[in-house]
Amino acid sequence: MIDVDVAQRLGTFDLAAKFSADAPIVGLFGRSGAGKSSVINAIAGISRPAHGRIVISGTVLFDSAAGIDVPPEARRVGCVFQDPLLFPHLDVEGNLLYGLRRRPAPERVIEPARVVDLLGLEPLLRRGVRHLSGGEKQRVAIGRALLAQPRILLMDEPLAALDVPRKSEVLDYVLRLRDDLGIPILYVSHSVPEITRLADTVVVMSEGKCLAAGEIDIVMGRLDLKPATGRYEAGALIDTRVASHDAAHDLTTLEFDGGVLVVPALDARPGDRVRARIRARDISIALERPAGISILNILPGTVTAIEAETGPIVDVSIAIGRAALTARITRRSVEGLELRVGQPMYALIKAVSFDRRSVGYA
Amino acid sequence: MAYFGPEIPGILALSLKVALVSVLVSLPLAVGVAYVLARASFPGKTLLDAIVHLPLVLPPVVVGFALLLLFGRRGPLGSVLESWFGIVVAFRWTGAALASAIMGFPLMVRAIRLSIEAIDRRLETAARTLGGSRGFVFASITLPLALPGIITGALLSFARGLGEFGATITFVSNIPGETQTLPLAIYTYTQTPGGDAAALGMSLIAVALSIAALAVSEWLTRRATRASGP
Repeated sequence: MIDVDVAQRLGTFDLAAKFSADAPIVGLFGRSGAGKSSVINAIAGISRPAHGRIVISGTVLFDSAAGIDVPPEARRVGCVFQDPLLFPHLDVEGNLLYGLRRRPAPERVIEPARVVDLLGLEPLLRRGVRHLSGGEKQRVAIGRALLAQPRILLMDEPLAALDVPRKSEVLDYVLRLRDDLGIPILYVSHSVPEITRLADTVVVMSEGKCLAAGEIDIVMGRLDLKPATGRYEAGALIDTRVASHDAAHDLTTLEFDGGVLVVPALDARPGDRVRARIRARDISIALERPAGISILNILPGTVTAIEAETGPIVDVSIAIGRAALTARITRRSVEGLELRVGQPMYALIKAVSFDRRSVGYA
Repeated sequence: MAYFGPEIPGILALSLKVALVSVLVSLPLAVGVAYVLARASFPGKTLLDAIVHLPLVLPPVVVGFALLLLFGRRGPLGSVLESWFGIVVAFRWTGAALASAIMGFPLMVRAIRLSIEAIDRRLETAARTLGGSRGFVFASITLPLALPGIITGALLSFARGLGEFGATITFVSNIPGETQTLPLAIYTYTQTPGGDAAALGMSLIAVALSIAALAVSEWLTRRATRASGP
């Protein structure tokens, strides 16, 4: 459980962030400059808010009213930053054990062997840190933070400096952490694919304030948060289950509450839970079921909301079974089809609009 | 022709002792001052910086005279030192070490300060979040990463101490066997009729010592830099 309520003036910027979240991975999402890192620094004790209260899993780390300000070394808050910040004068093992050695033996619950195994660090232990790849460095940084026996792991844009294959490598490790260690993670990112792939609950920040906190598919689908979540990235998330593979065509069929989706072949077993992100601009709307069309996913549903918009583009919320999607179409199409709330329609989604970044293990 | 007399080993040993003690005594203080100058901001920081650098720009004879006034047996600091700790520095080799320490102090602080300023402070922050107290982080992160600068500073001050002349001769005079270091002995021989050959011999030794100190400094710095990262 993460309870944060902090206020701080930082130059010309006012931070006034208040949220409460409880999930294995909480995403802290917002554009750069939204105040995400300021929140992280306040939780870690790197900066001191003017007033407020920070409680992690029942432990008060900061409470201006009660005069509590636990120093960073006693907070047991693990930090992984964009820059791995490994200690250059120590080798990988020295870095990993730095925090562990600062904890009294009874508190050492997370063991080195387990972390080394989990993060695949065995071959790196004796190496100096300068010649590691970006992904390896970040894995060492994660391991180092974990071995300091944190009550929460704060990850501040940990993938931002990595190239795409490394991003995916580290992401997989973060998911393994969540499943194996049970330490809550507060994951900061401005990237929708990262947040949607990892987080269960998301907090949206903008201009130093928290706009919303809640289940990711609900929050990220909200049209009113679009200025903060971004126009380009608008879309929806649905939880699905792998139904079958079509080996002949390299396709995978996903079942969800509302129908099936056909996507390019996934490396997953039937029955696996998979989260698919459907971008609003990848959905078209038809009033009748079209025939003679290349689009493989044609899903019947109803219109639930139409965004009031004067520009050329309109976002239309639609319900497919119990899944909520957003379709981005032109205002001319909305008028031409005479769309209205409650109207039955078909959502058309090209199978090729799904890729590695939009479909992943839940 | 250069002449190497039987008194040379004694003079050399005294010179090395004076320079070494001056470095050992001033090093902890120099690290502290360098850290404060690199990291803290407080009113009077510019003044502290100026005071530290003063020996670099003042005529050494002025520094020596100031030491004489302050640390003479009846001087305000000298009398305290004698009555509280029983240490007498006036006209003793310890006074020569004090003079060297003060003359080398700016060089030492400067080198250490630069290397502390070059440390990414976020490394120290990361160490704090990993459970290291302020003091532990200083000892385990800051000091090792500043090591190249600390070595450079110590050796610069050591070399400066071997060559120190003006402040020493003013403060503790030129007493053979007590305060007569290598430069003072050379000076004495140049003032003695027929002493040129001995002065030349000692000068050659001084040159060799200085080159050796610089070479060791270079070698140690390179080793420490390799060990402590890019």
